[in-house]
Amino acid sequence: MSDMISLDAAELARRIHAREVSSVEVTRAHLQRIEAVDGPSDGSAGPDGVHAFLHVDADGALAAAEAADRAIAEGGPVSPLAGVPVALKDNLTTTDMPTTCASRILDGWRPPYDATVVARLRAAGLVPLGKTNLDEFAMGSSTENSAFGPTRNPWDLTRVPGGSGGGSSASVAAGEAPLALGSDTGGSIRQPGAVTGTVGVKPTYGTVSRYGLVAFSSSLDQIGPCARSVLDAALLHEVVGGHDRCDQTSVNAPLPPVVEAALAGARGDLAGVRVGVVGELSGEGYQPGVLAAFTDAVRTLGELGAEVVEVSCPSFSYALPAYYLIAPSEASSNLARFDAMRYGLRVGDDGERSTDEVMSLTREAGFGAEVKRRIMIGTHALSAGSYDALYGKAQKARTLIVRDFTAAFETCDVLVSPTTPTTAFAIGERVDDPLAMYLADLCTIPANLAGNAALSVPCGTSPDDGLPVGLQVMAPALADDRAYRVAAAYETARSSTPDAAPRIPELRALETTR
Amino acid sequence: MTAVSTPGVEAAPYTVEEVCEHFDPVMGLEVHVELNTATKMFCGCANAFGAEPNTNICPVCLGLPGSLPRVNGAAVESAIKIGLALNCRVRERSGFARKNYFYPDMPKNFQISQYEDPIVFDGYLDVPLDDGGTWRVEIERAHMEEDTGKSLHVGGATGRIHGADYSLLDYNRSGVPLIEIVTKPIVGARDRAPMVARAYVTALRDILRGLGVSDVRMDQGSMRCDANVSLTPKGSPVFGTRTETKNVNSLRSVERAVRYEMGRQAGVLLSGGTVRQETRHFDEQSGTTSPGRAKETLADYRYFPEPDLPPLEPGSAWVESLRAGLPERPWERRARIQTEWSLSDEELRDLVNANALDLVADTVEAGAPPEAARSWWVSYLLQQANKREVTLPELSITPAQVARVIALVAEGTLTNKLARQVVDGVLEGEGDPDEVVAGRGLAVVSDESALTAAVDEALAAQPAVAEKIRAGKTKAAGAIVGAVMKATRGQADAARVQELVLERCR
Ligand SMILES: [Zn+2]
Repeated sequence: MSDMISLDAAELARRIHAREVSSVEVTRAHLQRIEAVDGPSDGSAGPDGVHAFLHVDADGALAAAEAADRAIAEGGPVSPLAGVPVALKDNLTTTDMPTTCASRILDGWRPPYDATVVARLRAAGLVPLGKTNLDEFAMGSSTENSAFGPTRNPWDLTRVPGGSGGGSSASVAAGEAPLALGSDTGGSIRQPGAVTGTVGVKPTYGTVSRYGLVAFSSSLDQIGPCARSVLDAALLHEVVGGHDRCDQTSVNAPLPPVVEAALAGARGDLAGVRVGVVGELSGEGYQPGVLAAFTDAVRTLGELGAEVVEVSCPSFSYALPAYYLIAPSEASSNLARFDAMRYGLRVGDDGERSTDEVMSLTREAGFGAEVKRRIMIGTHALSAGSYDALYGKAQKARTLIVRDFTAAFETCDVLVSPTTPTTAFAIGERVDDPLAMYLADLCTIPANLAGNAALSVPCGTSPDDGLPVGLQVMAPALADDRAYRVAAAYETARSSTPDAAPRIPELRALETTR
Repeated sequence: MTAVSTPGVEAAPYTVEEVCEHFDPVMGLEVHVELNTATKMFCGCANAFGAEPNTNICPVCLGLPGSLPRVNGAAVESAIKIGLALNCRVRERSGFARKNYFYPDMPKNFQISQYEDPIVFDGYLDVPLDDGGTWRVEIERAHMEEDTGKSLHVGGATGRIHGADYSLLDYNRSGVPLIEIVTKPIVGARDRAPMVARAYVTALRDILRGLGVSDVRMDQGSMRCDANVSLTPKGSPVFGTRTETKNVNSLRSVERAVRYEMGRQAGVLLSGGTVRQETRHFDEQSGTTSPGRAKETLADYRYFPEPDLPPLEPGSAWVESLRAGLPERPWERRARIQTEWSLSDEELRDLVNANALDLVADTVEAGAPPEAARSWWVSYLLQQANKREVTLPELSITPAQVARVIALVAEGTLTNKLARQVVDGVLEGEGDPDEVVAGRGLAVVSDESALTAAVDEALAAQPAVAEKIRAGKTKAAGAIVGAVMKATRGQADAARVQELVLERCR
């Protein structure tokens, strides 16, 4: 295994820019790693492959790497991450690769435009490797809802990598990519980050453009970075973030100084920082090993000089039900456009059937069970007889959650909790129990409903099963830098402890030849 | 009962006068207006009528996955101006909502519209009626929304989607900004209801044209009217069941559709039937309405706030500056112009009917005397428009150009006859009047010595005539003048030639 695949993006960038190694070599090393451990993009390797990728564009990646090497050789100014490979969640539009959202319904669609974040990555000289697996339309917590087979957790291939962005987090965890972009609607970056032992950030809503992100729930969706270090996440965050006139929910304000905060935090001093432990996000229903790792992490924050206090956010108990009304409601409308008329799958068009019948047959065949479930929930929640009792009430709960955050941030600089109640569960374990599946997002959903910043940073492994655990750090809106500072300080302190997990799992190279 | 409920081309069984013996009509008018902004409501595509299908499109107005709308500020400005011109209140904070329903010409399968909080609301319009009175129509609201694409159903008998062999979709119109202006129920108009409906839509069209916010072409669909009509039995406190008539594509049709629906509904009610709440289509040919496709479970559009767009908060300073910039109401302007130019009612009506009022006013503005400006537009230019089968405003000559032609005549550079040739040149695209004069060599021969020489030559050529003139028969001068005009190819001032002839024979 080439050491290049275990290096941080910041270190790779340093070596590439110093011309110690070329971007082409780095890119080739990652493509080889993908080839070795990922299995075919249709998931047919089963439990032998990570299956993080739905599409790998080796030629495109190598061409982009060559271009980056040329720019560096010419000696002009290049972006801090120029030449570094990156994986893209397959709900971001790309002109040179398909965008499937892991759904059959987008069969054959090639977007005519790049998402703003993709355009910014390209402009900054990063090297897109391919598109990563997800729960269909980002609806799920395990990546098992992909129409193209589940992604597997690199630390244990019988377990899920979380979701919906399991592909992005698993690709980073497995050393297939040093960086990835995900999207977080209810925890889809942070929860997979936690269970794969990687960093995942949901920036403040509106600080990273959603233009070109295939919408699941527009008022909750937010694109963010996946990485193996806090600094790497911050570097990617700065490349893709900032105002975009194509997204009117985009905040027209300077991006918080996240790289500076990550560097400052890494010096390990949290004196004067007040950290609130959210009482409602622990206790009954949480895996004891997760709570043990979390308690250790809080103790470490105290040792770094932070003042740790208990805070209560009583309305967080409404977060899960409110989320499962608001998100499906918006989704039912956002996904209405998939009707077989203009692009993607078309079923039953035999010249006899009506437009309505073709639409119905296509949606019946093209959407998976979870997507249909949410479209139906959302359609019901918005219907005339239910709107006030369901959608309207959920919006009221959302207001209460915002108030809880506001009150907590009056006394605390950041709030912390476990990122997930449990470590990675087994593939198949929760597929028939949607409610159990929904609980995986219990801790992450409040920040989506309120729109503030939150991230997950690895905090060791659970003593009961040895699997990764995540520490969630939440900060006020537009104060993402605070979360980065605390996470970086914690990361530095933890990396010097004896039980720090290995950075990259020793995955057996697949012997399949194709 | 069967006879009156059968859709067909028969005349409505009751006249409005007969209807009003038994019922009071109640109307509600919904007018959709396409704004003439340069770009669409939520993207940068050109907002243009008549382009090749699917050429003015982009990911946003095609509703492609991942695309997001962004509000066109010019459309918001137009909406506020319309509201102010209709005496509406402007909401300090309004927002967009999604109206969800499936239809292939709507690429997102939802329409971005406004629901509970339209940008302007609660206004009125004092509408001048043909009989000299005015009628106050109260405005419920005006809101912004995006237009749909257009479908063309090919094959099958009906031209509708059912039974068609296939359908073609053109998304050029998708996302074009629309304003929907909704009246409160118009009650008490009685037998004048059809006239009030027409007068309201006319007044609205004139106001919108005066604001310059829309082409307001009912024939091209940039202004569309839906007429809701119901009949209340005399003395009843409850409105009757209403029908909504669509496809009303001219001012005259508004009046006819309301009249027909009143008569038809009275026929149904008086024969013991009940009016069905339904959408009906107006047929221009027969002047009748017929029911739309019957599927009427009440549509549930599942409106909810559009999460991709922040609320609209037009500041009061902006609103007040727009209010201050509002033009005169068209009929007030007309009254003022009539006084200033001393026009008879008939002359004014001719101007308005010929779509010439604004053109004449602009020509006067550009320096021409009112009488000359009016005369040019309603005579020669109107003939040219008719010959070319266009309306006066569509003629390719501007009021400023007409004013220049008038000035050239006044200063003696052109005769009226030459001036018409200059106008022809402008209409043919030969440039500004001065360019046409130069290009065609049309200026009056005003070189006195040249003219004098021409006169002398003509007198010499016709000695007998010259003798008659010298003997005092000045009428004989006409023959010499004619000869001179011929010699100068009409480019001489005939009056001056006449003077010269007489001078030379003195
Ligand atoms: Zn467009």
